[in-house]
Amino acid sequence: MTLLDASLIDWSRGQFALTAFYHWFFVPLTLGLSFIMAITESIYLKTGNEEWKKITKFWMTLFGINFAIGVATGIILEFEFGTNWSKYSWIVGDIFGAPLAVEGIFAFFLESTFIAVMFFGWEKLSKKFHLFSTWMVAFGSNLSALWILVANAWMNYPAGMTFNPDSARNEMLSFSDVALSPFAVNKFLHTITSSYVVAAIFVIGVSSWYLLKNRHVMIAKKSIIVASVFGLLSSLAIIITGDGSAYQVAQKQPMKLAAMEGLYNGQKGAGLIVLGMLNPAKEVSNSEDPYYFKIQIPKMLSFLGYRNGDAFVPGIKDLIYGNEQYGIEPAQKRIERGKISVNALKEYKEAKVAGDTAKMNTALATFKETFPDFGYAYFENLERLVPNVALVFYSFHIMVGLGFYFVLLFLIVLWFSFKEKLQQKKWLLRLALFTIPLGYLASQLGWVVAEVGRQPWAIQDILPVFKATSHLSVGAVQTTFFLFLALFTILLIAEIRILVKQIKNGPKE
Amino acid sequence: MHMFESMELSSLQQYWWIIISILGAALVFLLFVQGGQTLLFQVAKNDTERSLLINTLGRKWELTFTTLVTFGGAFFASFPLFYSTSFGGAYWVWMLILFGFIVQAVSYEFRSKIGNFLGKRTYEIFLFANGLLATVLLGAAVSTFFTGSAFTVDEYNLSKWDLPTHGLEAAFNIQNLCLGLAVFFLSRMLGAMYFINTIQHEQIIVRSKKQVLWNGLIFVVFFLSFLGMLLTQEGYAVNNGIVSLEAYKYLHNLLAMPIVLVMFLIGVVLVLLAWFRSFTKAINRAFWCASTGVVLVVLALFFIAGFNNTSFYPSYTHLQSSLTIYNASSSHYTLTVMSYVSLFVPVVILYIALAWKSLAKKKIDTTELENNSHVY
Repeated sequence: MTLLDASLIDWSRGQFALTAFYHWFFVPLTLGLSFIMAITESIYLKTGNEEWKKITKFWMTLFGINFAIGVATGIILEFEFGTNWSKYSWIVGDIFGAPLAVEGIFAFFLESTFIAVMFFGWEKLSKKFHLFSTWMVAFGSNLSALWILVANAWMNYPAGMTFNPDSARNEMLSFSDVALSPFAVNKFLHTITSSYVVAAIFVIGVSSWYLLKNRHVMIAKKSIIVASVFGLLSSLAIIITGDGSAYQVAQKQPMKLAAMEGLYNGQKGAGLIVLGMLNPAKEVSNSEDPYYFKIQIPKMLSFLGYRNGDAFVPGIKDLIYGNEQYGIEPAQKRIERGKISVNALKEYKEAKVAGDTAKMNTALATFKETFPDFGYAYFENLERLVPNVALVFYSFHIMVGLGFYFVLLFLIVLWFSFKEKLQQKKWLLRLALFTIPLGYLASQLGWVVAEVGRQPWAIQDILPVFKATSHLSVGAVQTTFFLFLALFTILLIAEIRILVKQIKNGPKE
Repeated sequence: MHMFESMELSSLQQYWWIIISILGAALVFLLFVQGGQTLLFQVAKNDTERSLLINTLGRKWELTFTTLVTFGGAFFASFPLFYSTSFGGAYWVWMLILFGFIVQAVSYEFRSKIGNFLGKRTYEIFLFANGLLATVLLGAAVSTFFTGSAFTVDEYNLSKWDLPTHGLEAAFNIQNLCLGLAVFFLSRMLGAMYFINTIQHEQIIVRSKKQVLWNGLIFVVFFLSFLGMLLTQEGYAVNNGIVSLEAYKYLHNLLAMPIVLVMFLIGVVLVLLAWFRSFTKAINRAFWCASTGVVLVVLALFFIAGFNNTSFYPSYTHLQSSLTIYNASSSHYTLTVMSYVSLFVPVVILYIALAWKSLAKKKIDTTELENNSHVY
């Protein structure tokens, strides 16, 4: 295993981040809007009121435009695991490949088959079968999200597997441990419900614009009620699953939690920062104050992370240099064990070729004992074990702040809707319109927290990102990076222009 | 129920090669969408006619797309060493294929929408580009199952491509080109048959028939050239894990597996029969007849690539790095889990068939385009 060019790693990461960012620009709306359409079509069938059919068809048109480009960026993500992360694909393919295949078989076909029925079956099918198809699209798209999120959760918390020294890869021991790990379940629920919120904000924002323009008033009002109830219920689920996420991260990825809070020195009864600003001069190796200022809720971080307000929350320094009092080993120890592990694997391989069974057994025993720290072998510089604290910290706090703002917005919109005063509240309608980009922002920031926060690991403690790439030239990856950037940007512009045009034209009355 | 747990690892590997082959065969058949996309400017003479073609293809494009994604996912899950070696190695081939599919996915939805930024014609060119790239490159990629690639796999199963062209070198092999072009013209023939099968429009039918005639003929020329080279070439045989070159290997494989030979012959006959049928009264069913034939032929090709002690992804630069279904697969446990998942495949096929049928009750015509709320 030779070390690859550092800039190859950066460009490979850049390309993956670019694709993921663009993909995630479209997915949340698909996930949420599919349910909103299914709900409005259900109301149509129940009431027989043609207005609901118009509402459904209108959102369906926007759904279609958005869906196509989500699919286009999604296929790239799947294949990039192979094209750009070839070593990763081998080292964890035995586990990681399965959810991707299951996703294809269970979810993608469901989605793509019924999407055609949903779009083209209005006149050809019974109303009930059509509604069934719309619900299948909603379930199919959300099921697609399930499997890729299972795969992602596994990278954060590699459960249900063992390393096989003969094939030199991780192999699956229990599918249910992978698919139903608390990390996976929580991640799935948090991600889909946050997507519902993005879609709800989108529907409310667009409808508010109609109310401001005094157009399609009935359709807009009805859409707002459905979307804000949907958004509010989803927000409650986000708060519960967000709390679940913090708890999981505290247990399994203490470094990510420390970065989220900018916590360098561990504390008993640590507080949760509500508002704060980091000191950019702060490094793990110096003694600068980490914050310029902070406002915090006392003991809250300990409580959220450990369900105990007095619990000790380790900081970045504790995790790097160790903390004897709380039984935290210095990272240097893990690096040493990791090197022993890598060496034992090499010895095992050599002994196997030589046919020396006794040596194979000794090497294997050493390997198994030290394997939990395998990935640490590739680190020389301790500071490389720390993620980008500022990026994670600010992303996390802005996301949470926006999340609570959305709850408030849904409540106010619902309140005025029921009071029949929504259309008079121009400020609120404008606010709702301008909240649309904030919904997207919060959603993207969530991924920044999740993905930047777990750096430098591709697979937590087992495989650092810089050991996971394909053997390519930097030039090749740079070329595809800029081609993707140009293409995705052009298509994004086209998509936004089409959406805006469709919205301006409005539903067919 | 323990139907898969007790199976030998080798049986599971064979079972999964069959599943991969089925997905591969389905994918080649479904490339009729891509073939149809390359006919937009020949079969249609004006915008209305072109809209008819695009709208009938547009009801199926996601199926092809999804099959490609599932083919990739299933290959990853069952033979991850192929995934890591080929995708990370033959970088440019896969990237070109992917670019073709990115532009396809948006083109249907964006083409006729106001404010689409690039104009209608650009999206039609995108569709053409996807049709050309996907068929030729996927065909050429499958051909490398026989002609080999340039890679080395080390003792940790990590791979490295041995040529700086990263896959583009495959395009300079005449046998790969022949299969690539054969798939291109085959998909055009299937696309034209699909138009005949689904569209109500006299002129389009007449022109589609002409396309069936010509593309069918050119397909046969390229396919026979490929076949001639395949059956006479040295192939990559595996004995006790050691890879060696064997003269007439793929001919031997065909003869050693009579069922595969029969499948292959029936497939070829069905494709030819469909071609003839396009000029008789049975014209409507030509599409299904040809499709069944294509599926059988591709299945047979995959089977002779992977079975009978053959390397399905050989390396010509480092023979012993060649991948077989036995050294490239997932673990027994993962293959077992995935095998249970595969039991769901017939259900998928069933609902796809039902949905296809429910939308195909009536042929598409210009009135439908005027009345439908969702038009591409």
